[in-house]
Amino acid sequence: MSDMSYVRSEMLPERTPPASSVGFVGWARANLFNGIVNSILTIVSLVLIFLVLAALLPWLFSPTWNSGSLNECRDILNGHEGACWGVINERWEQLLYGFYPNGSEAGSIDQRWRPNLAFLLLFVAVIPVLFNMISRRMNWVLLLVALAYGAYAIGGTLGMIAVVVLLAAAVFVGYKAFSSDKATRAAEIEAGAKRLPNPLIFTAIFPFLVPFLLWGGSIWVFVGAALGFVLAGLAYRYLSTVVGSLAGMIISVLVAIVWWLFMIGPFASAMDAILPIALEQIESRKFGGFMLSITIGVVAIGISLPIGIVLALGRQSDLLIVKALSVGFIEFIRGVPLITLLFVASTLLNIFLPPGTNFDIILRVLIMVTLFAAAYMAEVVRGGLAALPKGQYEAADALGLDYWKAQRLIIMPQALKISIPGIVSTFIGVFKDTVLVSIIGLLDPLGLSNAIRADQAWNGVVWELYGFIAFMFFVFCFSMSRYSMYLERRLRTGHK
Amino acid sequence: MTTTTDPHQGQFRLSMLLYDSRYRSMTIQIVALIGFLLLLGWIFSNTAQNLTDLGKEPSFRFMGEPAGYDINQRLLEYSNQDTHLRAALIGLLNTLLVAALGCITATVLGVIIGVLRLSPNWIVSRLSAVYVEAFRNVPVLLWIVFIMAILIETLPSPSAFRKGEASMSLWDSVAVTNRGVYIPEPLFTNSLGNLHLLGGSSLRFDVSLDLIAILAVLIAGILTSGLIKRRADRIQEATGTRPATWYWRLGVVVIPTSIVLVLLGLHWGYPELKGFNFQGGTHLRNSLIALWLALSIYTAAFIAEIVRAGILAISKGQSEAAGALGLRSNRTMSLVILPQALRVIIPPLISNYLNLTKNSSLAIAVGYMDITGTLGGITMNQTGRELETVLLLMLVYLAISLTISGVMNWYNESVKLRER
Amino acid sequence: MKKTVFLGALTVAGLAAGASAAATLDDVKARGKLNCGVTTGLVGFAAPDANGNWEGFDVGVCRAVAAAVLGDANAVEFVPTTGKTRFTALASGEVDLLARNTTWTLSRDVDLKFTFVGVNYYDGQGFMVNKDMGVSSAKELDGATVCIQTGTTTELNLADFFRANNISYEPVPIETNAEGQQQYLAGACDTYTTDASGLAATRATFEDPSAHVVLPEIISKEPLGPLVRHGDNEWGDIVRWTLNALISAEELGITSANIGELSAAPGDNPEINRILGTEGNLGEMLGLDAEWAKRAIMAGGNYGEVFAKNIGEETPIALARGLNAQWQDGGLIYSPPFR
Repeated sequence: MSDMSYVRSEMLPERTPPASSVGFVGWARANLFNGIVNSILTIVSLVLIFLVLAALLPWLFSPTWNSGSLNECRDILNGHEGACWGVINERWEQLLYGFYPNGSEAGSIDQRWRPNLAFLLLFVAVIPVLFNMISRRMNWVLLLVALAYGAYAIGGTLGMIAVVVLLAAAVFVGYKAFSSDKATRAAEIEAGAKRLPNPLIFTAIFPFLVPFLLWGGSIWVFVGAALGFVLAGLAYRYLSTVVGSLAGMIISVLVAIVWWLFMIGPFASAMDAILPIALEQIESRKFGGFMLSITIGVVAIGISLPIGIVLALGRQSDLLIVKALSVGFIEFIRGVPLITLLFVASTLLNIFLPPGTNFDIILRVLIMVTLFAAAYMAEVVRGGLAALPKGQYEAADALGLDYWKAQRLIIMPQALKISIPGIVSTFIGVFKDTVLVSIIGLLDPLGLSNAIRADQAWNGVVWELYGFIAFMFFVFCFSMSRYSMYLERRLRTGHK
Repeated sequence: MTTTTDPHQGQFRLSMLLYDSRYRSMTIQIVALIGFLLLLGWIFSNTAQNLTDLGKEPSFRFMGEPAGYDINQRLLEYSNQDTHLRAALIGLLNTLLVAALGCITATVLGVIIGVLRLSPNWIVSRLSAVYVEAFRNVPVLLWIVFIMAILIETLPSPSAFRKGEASMSLWDSVAVTNRGVYIPEPLFTNSLGNLHLLGGSSLRFDVSLDLIAILAVLIAGILTSGLIKRRADRIQEATGTRPATWYWRLGVVVIPTSIVLVLLGLHWGYPELKGFNFQGGTHLRNSLIALWLALSIYTAAFIAEIVRAGILAISKGQSEAAGALGLRSNRTMSLVILPQALRVIIPPLISNYLNLTKNSSLAIAVGYMDITGTLGGITMNQTGRELETVLLLMLVYLAISLTISGVMNWYNESVKLRER
Repeated sequence: MKKTVFLGALTVAGLAAGASAAATLDDVKARGKLNCGVTTGLVGFAAPDANGNWEGFDVGVCRAVAAAVLGDANAVEFVPTTGKTRFTALASGEVDLLARNTTWTLSRDVDLKFTFVGVNYYDGQGFMVNKDMGVSSAKELDGATVCIQTGTTTELNLADFFRANNISYEPVPIETNAEGQQQYLAGACDTYTTDASGLAATRATFEDPSAHVVLPEIISKEPLGPLVRHGDNEWGDIVRWTLNALISAEELGITSANIGELSAAPGDNPEINRILGTEGNLGEMLGLDAEWAKRAIMAGGNYGEVFAKNIGEETPIALARGLNAQWQDGGLIYSPPFR
């Protein structure tokens, strides 16, 4: 009697869930068929996917990789629908590098290692700026490997020795990096171990190195250009204590301008006489294909960043005229389509410049795209400035920092960090927009696709070229947008 | 070194222009202004010099000369003997048309995709994600060219209709061909005629009195319907019960409009295959459709992300609170979630509309004669007046952009959260 | 700060670019390269191959001029231009010579201020239709949809033609030849109109060329030729006589095969001797050396050879000489005497 109870005193053993709610079936029921509307949507989607794949796959897998002309493709396919991949096989290098010397012309050597190296170095230079994803030592490993590639491409005995040395150094640093974890390394540094130099040093050199790599010529021109900044920095440092910061800044800017305008030439020729280091000069009209798109995108974003910062500060400023000029510029550029700016580049820019100046069309396009990007960049930076808590400005004021010091030490580092995702998406936008240059006759991938179709062998090829170009753009843009999303997440947690 | 925190008393020294915070900002502004004016002057003098060297004299007289070329899609009457100015106007209207159509469909499509991306259905949300990523990561110019190519290659040509390989759809009223889509057009037997405005000038245009009559009646009906609603609202507030007014409200809109349409003798003109082409009906050209579709689906990918972000930005508490108040789910959406989400959505939406309008200048790639195609294309080519045409082109786009952003900002201001 | 990417680039540009003022010859010589404007790609006339080397009929003119002036047929920078950018490129001095199947018209000569140095191809605007349509004359095209390349004289000719014959048409403007071809083949337009040479070249690459015909009407005169800026007559002369040298060479039977032999020593024909520089001082008058024309001809052969190699009947494009035959053969190709 006493062991009788109306309440169960122990738990029943767990039963296995019904077969319909576990595994794939269960997942499908929960996610795909939980309701009439959802079921219909699922079925419609599946049909859609099937139709697209059924149309695409047979076309995509077509045994025409080695064909030499569209007619050969037609013979191979023998009436079946299929892509003619021979055109990609024959022209993919051209679509990537444009007319950059590939050693086919008599007396020229393959120079394409230069854009390759520049592209590799771009990553090395950008990584420490964007985010501390990898340790300082890994960054140096990357740099050493990239340089080893460059040395390998230059070739010669000296080059091979350099390859061995660089790779050995990379392996050594890499080994050290992998063999000690963060904590022990931190302890070592605490104990006074020497750290490797900050990779940002390379990032600062990069903007001068890459034009040298891509355009070639004497290295001293680029060293001279870099020296202009160094001189300006030194002038500011010493003059600002004597004549005050504003006058110091004005004078140092003047020093740099005078150096660039009048001194670079003599400097470069003097240094050339002492130690000639030069790469074969390559005119920008040899640039084409994706290399052109990437060059325009990277250069435009790189140069537009400082301009954009200045414009954003101008727009935020209390000075009426400065503000009006900045707003006018930004709204004007953002109000007109890029294509009209490209028309300006192709037809008007030479008219605006002093008689006799003659940049080639790619440089003119670079100028206009840079102005275009600067307006958008200014808005991104303004967003970053606006997102900064007001306390930061007040704290800077409270510390007695003047405007420029406050901007340089407190505001900008934070505002730029917040704006990085915006900068990346501006870059994606500009990169995509570079296809418009085909309308004014530059041979970017889309322009090249037209030129390729003017070849008798490939007249009539449409989808393969567009498909390849679209795919390449997708790969570039998608990976960048993923990266920017990742950054956004990292940055968000950083602020909590 | 002294820092000037409190103003110096005493006479003015030149160095104060730089060091005194009272004057410094003035100095900087004047320097900036002078710099700007110098830059402008430099550009002007270069331009003048270069144009003299080239033997060209800037003048807009060419705008009054006959254009000499034909435009296929014209919203106003135009022939190749009309002036370049009129050609530019036709182009401008085409730009506005495709921009307006594009904005509407991009919004509809974008909202649908954005909502579907939040769907609990795994496949649907994945598919929407694929849509967004595929479309926004490939340049819009490529999409325009792509869609044009698809339209040309997959749709039947008029000759296929002639041979009987293809037939018209929707009870023989719509012809879908690779030259475009022909749809029935409304015709009026008792037409009131047109109002000719601005006589013989290049800007002349006709206004259809039929259209005005219909619109007038329609708007009057809608206003009356609004009055009926307000009355119903008053009664509901006073008595608590809402009189059924939907048939009244529908009636005042539909009945007078129908009467006017019958009086005007509305009938439909169907497209018919005659000679080389379909004749009759309204012809939506391939170039328009390709551009419209491409701009819509490209911009929709961005709008979808904006909508998704907007909806996600509304905290869950809002919908739970609405539920607690007893609102049904569609009322929750329309009364609670959407009005709040719109505030987040609208500013980026405006900039996407602007982008779409600017991207419509890529019409040139498919031969849609927008203003870039007429003024910035053929006119520039035939007259060799690059400076004038490009400047005009920029001004037109600037005006469109500023108008759109002005209107949208005004709307944005009116729905802004009023903080008290 | 990446400002210097730009500055560096500018420096390079400064080194590479020359002033656009007179004395084009000196600029070209100083540069060591001839900047030649060509199309962004037109079958048979100019197109880059897989290695980026340009080939074609217009390209042949550029190479001949480079060979005459610089002694190297490969010392040419080809600047691709569109219908829109070509005149600006020439006017601003970006190119020294425009060889981009450009029609010689009064307004281009006088208003745009360019000197057409001659005609290297006599063309005219024609129509291509599908045989199925049963059209035998362009005047039967009332109500037809016409694909037409924009930015050229063709659209003005088209408007004039239809207006003169009082028939209607629906223009479909297209940007490139490739698009026109695609639209035409898919039946999106009834007829495709452009220069007859372009039509023939396009038709040649069709899967079934015999299904299409080029209508007999040629509705315009399109003398295509290389052009230079007004104001530098010396340079214009060099280009003009280089083209004439190619034409005369064909007339006189100088080919790339026998030129070595003919130029070794003065022969019987004084005009051949004068062209090849073994007699007289024509080269000196032009400001060049004696062998300028020899090099120009060796660059790609005489006019007939350039024609045959790029667009002639042996090529897939298979253009007949027609109007472009030598004057003795009933064509219009005629060079003033070398004297």
